[in-house]
Amino acid sequence: MSGREVVLGRIRRALRDVPRSEAPDDVPVPREYARAHSSSGTGAAGTSEALTGLLAENLADYRAVVHRTGTDGLSPLLCRLLAARGSATVLVPPGLPPHWLKATDPVRIHDRAATTARELDSVDSVVTGCAVAIADTGTIVLDGGPGQGRRRITLIPDHHICVVRAPEQVVASVPEALERLDPARPLTWISGPSATSDIELDRVEGVHGPRTLEVVLVEEPAPGG
Amino acid sequence: MSGGTFLGMPAFPEAAAAAVRDTRLRGNLRHATGTIRAKRAQAVAELPDWAGLRAAGAAIKDRTLRHLDHYLERLEEAVTASGGTVHWAADAAEANRIVTQLVRATGESEVVKVKSMATQEIGLNAALEAAGIRAYETDLAELIVQLGDDLPSHILVPAIHRNRGEIRDVFRSEMGRWGRPAPEDLSEEPAELAEAARLHLREKFLRAKVGISGANFMVAETGTLVVVESEGNGRMCLTLPETLISVVGIEKVVPTWRDLEVFLQLLPRSSTAERMNPYTSMWTGAADAEGADGPRDFHLVLLDNGRTDALADTVGRQALRCIRCSACLNVCPVYERAGGHAYGSAYPGPIGAILTPQLRGTVTELDASLPYASSLCGACYEVCPVAIDIPQVLVHLRERVVEGGEATVRGRRTTVRPARGHAAERAAMRAARWVFEHPAALRAGQRLASRTRRLHPRRLPGPGRAWTASRELPEVPAESFRDWWLRERGDDGGGRKGRGERGERRDRGGDR
Repeated sequence: MSGREVVLGRIRRALRDVPRSEAPDDVPVPREYARAHSSSGTGAAGTSEALTGLLAENLADYRAVVHRTGTDGLSPLLCRLLAARGSATVLVPPGLPPHWLKATDPVRIHDRAATTARELDSVDSVVTGCAVAIADTGTIVLDGGPGQGRRRITLIPDHHICVVRAPEQVVASVPEALERLDPARPLTWISGPSATSDIELDRVEGVHGPRTLEVVLVEEPAPGG
Repeated sequence: MSGGTFLGMPAFPEAAAAAVRDTRLRGNLRHATGTIRAKRAQAVAELPDWAGLRAAGAAIKDRTLRHLDHYLERLEEAVTASGGTVHWAADAAEANRIVTQLVRATGESEVVKVKSMATQEIGLNAALEAAGIRAYETDLAELIVQLGDDLPSHILVPAIHRNRGEIRDVFRSEMGRWGRPAPEDLSEEPAELAEAARLHLREKFLRAKVGISGANFMVAETGTLVVVESEGNGRMCLTLPETLISVVGIEKVVPTWRDLEVFLQLLPRSSTAERMNPYTSMWTGAADAEGADGPRDFHLVLLDNGRTDALADTVGRQALRCIRCSACLNVCPVYERAGGHAYGSAYPGPIGAILTPQLRGTVTELDASLPYASSLCGACYEVCPVAIDIPQVLVHLRERVVEGGEATVRGRRTTVRPARGHAAERAAMRAARWVFEHPAALRAGQRLASRTRRLHPRRLPGPGRAWTASRELPEVPAESFRDWWLRERGDDGGGRKGRGERGERRDRGGDR
């Protein structure tokens, strides 16, 4: 008998107490939890500005460096951030809007299928967009779409700049984020830089992923404007 | 360098007694669990709908468990359709055999591993080593355990029993034997320790061809696997190798994509007390081309290894809801003092005390002692994000240990014999039952006890000595409650008279 038959047979014998007529959906699942929390709700209670504000606050709380700018300010800001970091090379995923990096000095390295992990290890910074950002938890989610690239490119370089378009890419909560995401795509949820709680259960930032995560919130109209 | 083993460990009371005398261990645990307890409470308090999420989490898991065959078949279909290969393993030996063969087929002799409870449970690293394959643990705490030839003592933080000074010593003395050595002047600053691990492991990540992981969730509807982590070692192992092998317990399946909205809120706040853990990876099947995003070969090994035995127990089944957050460990007064090693398995703490005896049975002295590794205070149930009534299952398993009875062991219905060593307890309980069923005997016994109360010892002799070593025997009152009641209220004949009361009166009459 195959392992499959053994395991499925054991399961069916173990579940003899479950009536044959019971369908999976007959087991009730109460969904008495919020689609979005009141502090951040997209309804009357929370405006999109409040949502972007909460996202910025929660990102910063987990030591991501947050910048807010308008569409026109994006390119000069990215230039300043890469210069301040002293980056000589910046990794560019396929589909990144070319004008984002038009003002930057570092050498642009384009990620290709043949690019090895070792080659990525020698790049200083990476700039990407994202698929969605979650205000409640301070999370950005990448799905490998245009301007986001393969999962490894936001993992191996030590410096990741992620651009979020607000308000259209910002959702309030985890349930709202899952609704927007496609499970068939490889997804990476990122909440702050790489961290560990393994030494005395105290959080330390910076292990294997990028030790510096900068998130640029591009707002239209520009913040304060 | 095979790492330690839980085999042949002493029963919980002996192991715990030794651990409690280790003042450094107690200090490390008190500090770590105290820190996380306060933070978890705060993270949970942020969500006004926590109770609703908890109820939904429990219900989704119950739905899954009651129809586990259905959801596993759907999962298999979805994973296969997206280019993955599904294997089924009835026990640890079969799972180890499957993984070993898969690694051999790649021609590689080393693998990188994401922290995984399932592979810890089946002893995969030792099995691989026996086959000449070196497995590198890449989670920081697992690395500390592996380098120190130690055993994990916590679900989330396997090296919780080590403080920063001890970790530095392990890194300095052992890293060089496994690869890039730690810097000579390594301090005990956590940031420096993390940096040393980063450099040590990076060379392994960059050359790795095979990755081995577990998974926190598997979505039946879509075939998606989810790994929740903090450091990025998980992302390295899940995305860089050409072959990925995930060993996952069959209970980790959830029905739908939407169900993740519950667990991705419950898990991080319960485990690391974060709104969200730094990294969560989700993937469905294998990448379809060379150089595409992620491994081209994906194998999912579905692991039973005793889970169906727990499933067959209608009281114990709820233990399979567990999402391995470790909140129950962090609040447990017994865990905080005894530490994780005393539980003798990959699953320590309250959840281990109900899971291990169900996965392995209660045959060994150690496994039979686990349901007693609790004061039944109920803190574990309160913090459990999927509402596992751990005290209820503990009591249920104690009954099985003492009384024996029907249970499923490796898929077969069997009658479990009562454990040895509980004969005196069973005899005492039988005697007590007889006495309570015979009011005259109870009365006579109580009066005898009252009259001889000055002669009672403060400590019990013989087998009862252990019990009174840390407890005072209760003082016997001069008059029993029943006697007091009869004396004060016994002539009140106006009330309802039950059979017992008539019995009392006859009894009293006879006494005169």
